[in-house]
Amino acid sequence: MSAVAAAAVAPVVSRDSVDAVPLADIDVSHPDLWVNDSHWPLFARLRREDPVHYCANSLFGPYWSVTKFKDIMNVETHPEIYSSAFSHGGITIFDTNKVASLPMFIAMDPPIHDEKRKVVQPIVAPDNLARMEALIRSRTAAALDQLPVGETFDWVERVSINLTTQMLTTLFDFPFEDRDKLPFWSDLATTIPGPGGIVETEEERMRLLGECAQYFARLWNERVNAAPGNDLLSMMAHDPRTRSMTPEEFLGNLMLLIVGGNDTTRNSMTGGVIALHEHPAEYAKLCADPSIIGTSMISEIIRWQTPLAHMRRTAVADTVLGGKQIKAGDKVIMWYVSGNRDPEAIDQPDRFLADRPRARQHLSFGFGVHRCVGNRLAELQLKILWEELLARWPRPGQIEVMGAPRRVPSPFVKGYESLPVRINR
Amino acid sequence: MSKIIFIAHDGSRREVPGTDGESLMEAAIGNRVPGIDADCGGSCACATCHVTILEPWQSKLTPMGKDERAMLEAVSDPDPTSRLACQIRFSAALDGIEVRTPASQH
Repeated sequence: MSAVAAAAVAPVVSRDSVDAVPLADIDVSHPDLWVNDSHWPLFARLRREDPVHYCANSLFGPYWSVTKFKDIMNVETHPEIYSSAFSHGGITIFDTNKVASLPMFIAMDPPIHDEKRKVVQPIVAPDNLARMEALIRSRTAAALDQLPVGETFDWVERVSINLTTQMLTTLFDFPFEDRDKLPFWSDLATTIPGPGGIVETEEERMRLLGECAQYFARLWNERVNAAPGNDLLSMMAHDPRTRSMTPEEFLGNLMLLIVGGNDTTRNSMTGGVIALHEHPAEYAKLCADPSIIGTSMISEIIRWQTPLAHMRRTAVADTVLGGKQIKAGDKVIMWYVSGNRDPEAIDQPDRFLADRPRARQHLSFGFGVHRCVGNRLAELQLKILWEELLARWPRPGQIEVMGAPRRVPSPFVKGYESLPVRINR
Repeated sequence: MSKIIFIAHDGSRREVPGTDGESLMEAAIGNRVPGIDADCGGSCACATCHVTILEPWQSKLTPMGKDERAMLEAVSDPDPTSRLACQIRFSAALDGIEVRTPASQH
């Protein structure tokens, strides 16, 4: 990253200076804005003054920002103009990330996308979710019962990563004793290589992910020779639409399912604690009526957190969006994080309202043919977490944030590396 | 008065007024009919207003477009009579239409 960093415009981080910056210089993609959580006033200004915004110079090259709810919906519902194909650059802003440019079904267009997606869809079908519910609840209960009460601990590690990793072992029927490999591979897939990071170079990333591919290839070979099971690997190994994937597509789909099934829910599990801490009246509301967990609060957490800040498309034809001329080949970034705070679509968007009416109308799962396949599983995991938390610690403020979170320095994964929390007696 | 009948997964029936030009999704949401989520608000972009349509009504509907067909690929329990309620506009010809809602929306 350092080589390109030198060429990029220094990010705008001061709230006071936002209005003084020429529009053309606004680049919302810079990792500093995300690690510091300082992108909000920039998006607010773009929504007001330049909702479809061109940035000519960024770490990730030139790109369009789509910042309003209705314009994002427009892009989502026109896959024939705005392609997700890996061959055009895939679904993230990163062109140099080799994982992001692997073939995987999220980075394909209809009709191939629709066929391949259907292979994994049964794992989150209502009957399968109902079967998984008791297991998720018992694991959640066990994880919470092991938390130290009255002392500060890292919520991300002890709760969010712990629970989502266990979920992944079930989805893949992955050896439980090796489960710590999964969040490592997930972080590896999305990190921006650089000094002090998980890896320093793209080559190092791909070498380590080669180990991931090898590990899973062994599991695949076991499953392909066994009777069909109802884990993701077995489902892909036994389906004619996926059983002869190339090694690249195999790794691509693994990365998609690991990141999609892990990172997003992990960061919403942490985000919910922060949201309630910052909105004590909402925390009191929740404790007074825990039934709002399932009816609105989980959706509101997912909106408020927006665990993936964006999805990317590439225009494959000249078109007009929000009055701007988009050319074939242009990179178009749908900033879900901004659309979810668009006051024209969402009432009092910057407030976290645990009992928000129509809370499910948010962009965090995307819309259209690529809408998150695991959305109901994610909601179920979060619902069970909050039900079990409230059953143990029912008082407002009892789960207390003790310091600032450390945030992920990425304009894609909007998440947390750590969060100090204390559960009060 | 024109009417739309929603039949829940458990067989219970709810009758709501039908308004010309309004979608079946809007009628359901406006009358708080359970079983219709409509997360995208009627943009044919989420398939959370999935319904199945009983005969003779099924054959009176305008055929579905490719966007609706694409979204219906993603529902968990597809049926030959599956439609998205947001894509069906009510008119006098549909007075008394019977619509089934699924066990859950995806």
